[in-house]
Amino acid sequence: MTLALTAFAASAEPPSPGPKDFDLPAVFHFGEFGVTKPMLLVVLSLFVIVGLFSTMARPAAVVPGRMQFAGELVYGFVRNGIARENIGSAEFMRFVPYLFTIFLFVLVNNFYGLFPFLQFPSMSHIGYPLAIAILSWLVYNGAGIKKKGFLGYLKHETVPGGMKGPILLLLVPLEFLSNILLRPITLTLRLFATMFAGHLLLILFSLGGSYLLLHSDNSLALPAGLVSSLLAIAISFLEILIMFLQAYVFTLLSSMYIGEALADEH
Amino acid sequence: MITSRLALAAAEPEDTNPLIPHTPEIVISLIVFGLIFFLLKKLVIPAFEKAYAERTAAIEGGIEEAQAAQKEAKAALDKYNEQLAGARHEAAAIREEAKEQGAQIIAELRAQAQAEAERITSTAHAQVEAERAQVLAQLKGEVGSMATQLAGRIVGESLDDDARQKRTVERFIAELEESAN
Repeated sequence: MTLALTAFAASAEPPSPGPKDFDLPAVFHFGEFGVTKPMLLVVLSLFVIVGLFSTMARPAAVVPGRMQFAGELVYGFVRNGIARENIGSAEFMRFVPYLFTIFLFVLVNNFYGLFPFLQFPSMSHIGYPLAIAILSWLVYNGAGIKKKGFLGYLKHETVPGGMKGPILLLLVPLEFLSNILLRPITLTLRLFATMFAGHLLLILFSLGGSYLLLHSDNSLALPAGLVSSLLAIAISFLEILIMFLQAYVFTLLSSMYIGEALADEH
Repeated sequence: MITSRLALAAAEPEDTNPLIPHTPEIVISLIVFGLIFFLLKKLVIPAFEKAYAERTAAIEGGIEEAQAAQKEAKAALDKYNEQLAGARHEAAAIREEAKEQGAQIIAELRAQAQAEAERITSTAHAQVEAERAQVLAQLKGEVGSMATQLAGRIVGESLDDDARQKRTVERFIAELEESAN
């Protein structure tokens, strides 16, 4: 939802939100290259995350202050709750920085969707989640290949334990598809689609509510507009949960893939 | 309407299909992600880990200290208990000894007292015996003369024959003694 769209909504035409609302005009041009809002937001997340967390971590005190405690809560959640749980206490520390970065990067870029004035979840542009999903794919496959060798890793991921005989002809391609080929795609689509759909819902109910309340002559417009506006608020709260949940799920799945790739038994 | 917005929205012609990723976005995402990763790994995570490690060390140190203190307290308690038992034992021995000594002293004293009493009794006996003998001897002489005097007075005349007189008196006294015995 941008200022341009708000101006558009103020006209008498009923709003019709759709994928086009995610194609924002470039904020400014850098030669031929148009810099868009999500690009700026993603770059901003660098300063938000690093600024916030280096401030919180700097005291490194045995008895933490309020800021350090909050930072440790988030860090401990990713480190112990996600990484150690899924990778195992022997090897998880190597992957903690990567998983911690995923969590914060996705979380901050999701929360932009409800942050006043920013109000755009960068992850609703498929390129951003795709980049992290490709990274996760490289990381978990790389970790597995490094530990078991290329063929050993392929066997580990595609041949289910205890299976023998012709059933393998069916199972091996299926496992290869689901464990190697589809994971980056599902990771990408899950995050992208929830952010996209959530933002679309918000646009729909907020623009619809304002149109019904301000510009419609229909006699039912007033109650419908009120309901629509209330729903916009309710969905905003739901979105807070979903934004956190998606960051958690992306990090959780990445760590589970790594843990599975490193596991001794299938 | 859509075409007009598209013309407004995209400076370079872009597809509105949201499933088509834009290469610049992937590149920017990778760069920013890489920078965040690098900075978190260099600045943030070591600090958190350091705090964790120090906290663990502090807690473990505290526990160890407490365990040492507990051990020390237990040792002191054992030592005191041992000393107390020793003291009790000693006190019992002393009491026993005192009892023995007391009994011994009492026995000695009793023996002494008995001896003393015996001595006093025998002295008294001897004295009484001597006095009795003395009195008896005195009485013997006096009784003779008094009896003589009395008899002389009664008879009215002096009995001249001293030798006869004496024999008579002695016989009389001997008879007396005999009858007394």
